[in-house]
Amino acid sequence: MGDILRNYDILGAFWVTIQLSVLSAVGALVIGTVIAVLRVSPVGILRTIGSLYVNLIRNTPLTLLMAFSILGMTFILGLQLDEQATRNAYWWAVIMLAVYHAAFVCEALRSGVNTIPAGQAEAARSIGLTFAQSMREVLLPQAFRGSIAPLGSVLIALIKNTTVAAVILGTAESAGLLAEITENEGASLPTFFIFALGFVILTLPIGIATTNLSRRLSVKR
Amino acid sequence: MSEPLVVLSGVNKHFGDLHVLQDINLTVDKGEVIILIGPSGSGKSTLCRTINRLETFESGSITIDGTELPEEGKQLAALRADVGMVFQSFNLFAHKTILENVTLGPIKVRGMKKAEAEKRAMELLERVGIGHQAEKYPAQLSGGQQQRVAIARSLAMDPKVMLFDEPTSALDPEMINEVLDVMVELAQSGMTMVVVTHEMGFARKVANRVVFLSDGKIVEEATPEEFFTNPKSDRAKDFLGKILSH
Repeated sequence: MGDILRNYDILGAFWVTIQLSVLSAVGALVIGTVIAVLRVSPVGILRTIGSLYVNLIRNTPLTLLMAFSILGMTFILGLQLDEQATRNAYWWAVIMLAVYHAAFVCEALRSGVNTIPAGQAEAARSIGLTFAQSMREVLLPQAFRGSIAPLGSVLIALIKNTTVAAVILGTAESAGLLAEITENEGASLPTFFIFALGFVILTLPIGIATTNLSRRLSVKR
Repeated sequence: MSEPLVVLSGVNKHFGDLHVLQDINLTVDKGEVIILIGPSGSGKSTLCRTINRLETFESGSITIDGTELPEEGKQLAALRADVGMVFQSFNLFAHKTILENVTLGPIKVRGMKKAEAEKRAMELLERVGIGHQAEKYPAQLSGGQQQRVAIARSLAMDPKVMLFDEPTSALDPEMINEVLDVMVELAQSGMTMVVVTHEMGFARKVANRVVFLSDGKIVEEATPEEFFTNPKSDRAKDFLGKILSH
């Protein structure tokens, strides 16, 4: 057991997991918010674009997106994000995680928007706010507060889904390293528990924090 | 004196097969207070909401102070800023304080400085008697207080005309008067108002004209005195008989 801890950089692998999680979570939040605004916009074509995005991305396996980023985007289309193959894979992993989870962020936010009484939007329009201003000042702030708990679930799923990036990242992140250790040293329960514990430490506090936050920030009506 | 401010001509609207507004012609002069009255489903709320295009309409035109109501976009938003609206369910922004509710429009739409907007908002909140509650959130106020804030929020935009869509219908009886008092004061200050309400006392006190709607049509237009004591149409007689009999 001590050998494994000494010979393999487990903390380093989890550090990559954390980086992937944070970067792609920020990306997913930004893209997801934009798509959510498209999906509730008054313009039909924008709504169509929004729902196409969600239905296309949400129903594609993440593994497939990861493989596509290297085999399709890098090898066939020549879109290389970094000279170095491992850095290229790293950035593609971030993008694909962000793009994939944006679809879920969008749906969480949209359900948040749908819980807001129609009168809020009407009041916003009637004082002369434009669509963009109503979104920014009135609807999105309430939608975010109303969807903190589902957004927390998306974040937890995202953290665990970073393991799928092992497909293109190899041993740089935790799941890839676990596979390598298992291959070299044989399967062992303690190794498995170390990695499982790592994910519990990353995800459990998020669940507790978002539940508390959603209670504290909920909009009183 | 009688300068037309809001002019509706030939306005038609359908909800599916239902013809909710049938060829509506109505002119509201500057400083005039008009009461829209009628049985439920008569189209009075829809008519009120059509004036600032919260409801679309299919044909006809609506002009406000000489400008025709545009269909979409920034011009419509700009025109709406000049038309105050008070809703049955108050619709205060639930995540903002009372003060923020009143300053949002002036800051974002009129480009007013925050300090200036807050000073003006406090004056308006004092005027409607909510000054000491400016830092609270809407859910902490009673219905009557929320509705008075909603009136202050509309007033903060310096509207040319104010629309009231059943402003007292969602209130407990003892809170109705505090809202009506504010509206009476507003009417007496010369504000142009279109009010959907069944408050007969209020109508008699301040209205210049009562417009009676039934089945999407304007059936009768008269002074309140004339309308309540001597309605001409059978439809209005029937309606008044029902609401005045108890």
